[in-house]
Amino acid sequence: MRLARDTLLVFRRNLRLSLRQPVWLTIGLVQPLIYLCLFGPLLESVAEAPGYPRGDPWQVFVPGLLVQLGLFGTMFVGFGLLRDVRDGVLERLRVTPVSRAALLLGRVMRDLMVLLVQGAALLGAGVLWGLRTPLWTFAVGLGVLALVGTAFSAGSYALALIVRNEDTVASTLNLAGIPLLLLSGILLPMSLAPDWLQAIADANPLRHVVDGARELFLHGGGPSVVPGVAAAAGMAFVFAALAAWALRRESR
Amino acid sequence: MPSAAVRTEAPRAWQPARPDAEAPIIAATGLRRTFRLRGRVIEAVRGVDLEVWPGEIVGFLGPNGAGKTTTQRMLTTLLEPSAGEATVAGHDLRREPDKVRRRIGYVAQGGGTTGDCRAGEELVDQGRLYGFSRAESERRGRALLAELQLEGAWDRPVRTLSGGQRRRLDIAVGLVHGPPLLFLDEPTTGLDPQSRANLWDHIRRLRAEHGRTIFLTTHYLEEADALCDRILIIDAGRIVAAGTPGELKRRLAGDTVVLTTRDAGSAALAATLLHGRGMSRAPRIEGTAVITSLVDAPGRLPALLRALDEAGVAVAGLEVRRPTLDDVFLNLTGRSLRDGDPTA
Repeated sequence: MRLARDTLLVFRRNLRLSLRQPVWLTIGLVQPLIYLCLFGPLLESVAEAPGYPRGDPWQVFVPGLLVQLGLFGTMFVGFGLLRDVRDGVLERLRVTPVSRAALLLGRVMRDLMVLLVQGAALLGAGVLWGLRTPLWTFAVGLGVLALVGTAFSAGSYALALIVRNEDTVASTLNLAGIPLLLLSGILLPMSLAPDWLQAIADANPLRHVVDGARELFLHGGGPSVVPGVAAAAGMAFVFAALAAWALRRESR
Repeated sequence: MPSAAVRTEAPRAWQPARPDAEAPIIAATGLRRTFRLRGRVIEAVRGVDLEVWPGEIVGFLGPNGAGKTTTQRMLTTLLEPSAGEATVAGHDLRREPDKVRRRIGYVAQGGGTTGDCRAGEELVDQGRLYGFSRAESERRGRALLAELQLEGAWDRPVRTLSGGQRRRLDIAVGLVHGPPLLFLDEPTTGLDPQSRANLWDHIRRLRAEHGRTIFLTTHYLEEADALCDRILIIDAGRIVAAGTPGELKRRLAGDTVVLTTRDAGSAALAATLLHGRGMSRAPRIEGTAVITSLVDAPGRLPALLRALDEAGVAVAGLEVRRPTLDDVFLNLTGRSLRDGDPTA
């Protein structure tokens, strides 16, 4: 099948180039561990605060970090695509009969591959730190990570193709990334927030993803899990469609 | 006898569009492209008709913003035309872009390779995107590197290649699938004169040895003159002239003739005579010389000199400067191609 074959080709090409930048891969690997080491210990005391979810603080914090990794691990991949645009590589590929969808799909798959390795490392480190939860929740957690990663990787490519300028991409990502992070309850649960802030946070799909992942890690399931996964899948779908539209627009 | 310093053109190896070819390899009619920019509609290409025949090297010339790049992007399937029809390499551009893609190669101005990739990887990736196996892609890639004198570059990271080498690699990448038609966008921009001459040789060889058709855009008139069998000039979104460089120069720009007489009086007489007989446009007198522009000077000089002789004007010297493509360009578009060209 043409699409599968082309996707694999684009995936391999981009993975090969990523592996040539071991510094970036290492930074991506180490960053969540830094959060774990430098921010995690604070949680031990915060966990006593009223409104903080009951249970082991690591079971609250690690799923949040997992979602954060999905966000920040993929958000900047658009810069790589812009480099291909500048080098004329995207144009060169568009003149070949390669499947248009594969041009993005292969890249997103590369991003997910890198992301899942980082996610697994994060979970492993969490276990060392005292995270205790059934193994199957790890698998679901990585699945959610993949959905969030798909959303923000596709979103980043869409943004890059639409604005076509590194500076604008950078400032847009900063503008969007920080509120997304703060209003997701990753660092501190939104249940600690006043009502008005909660109301705003409710509009943030990431918040629901975080709530779902947390419930999964805390109780092995619950009413927030399905909406959480649905929110992640919804974001992935919307941003993938946006990216496909942005690529189609190149020749329009 | 006056001395006539007439420089003749170098002979050309090319024969006019192959009579045995049944159909043009590019045929476009009424190709248009409009863009919307902040609510305004910009007509980049306003109806381009063009034909390119198999085996030709065609130069596509135009000032910045004339629609040169937009036209080429349409012909290479990168941009959908707003209107018009085109057949490229035997397939309809709008209905079968995928089949067109299989039969054309395209080398963009800045190339299309990644510095961190090895040359061989780029060639194999490209071959595989056209559906060839890894082994076949490698075989083709290595043969192309040898042909373009890039042996030894296979394992080298692209960023370590020189400008000229990198441009040749770009061409190799564009040829992996053996297309009969190759588009080159400003192929020698940014190269030093030696690399440029070397690349011209390679381009000529691509046509000579494989019968490929080459469609190239260029800013350099001397490049078009030295390399192209035929030239298309685009201005303000329309083709304004087409022909061999020689034809265009004959048809669209006169030869500059500098006629030196013995004294100012003779010069004035000569000018009146030439102008009065409709032999030249507005002669200018500088001291004892008459400077004028004349279409087909070599063909008309004998009669002209006879007329001057009969009128008793003694001609002391004669110089004819053949027009350059820049003169053609200036006459057609009212501006020099170099004006808008930051790289010239």
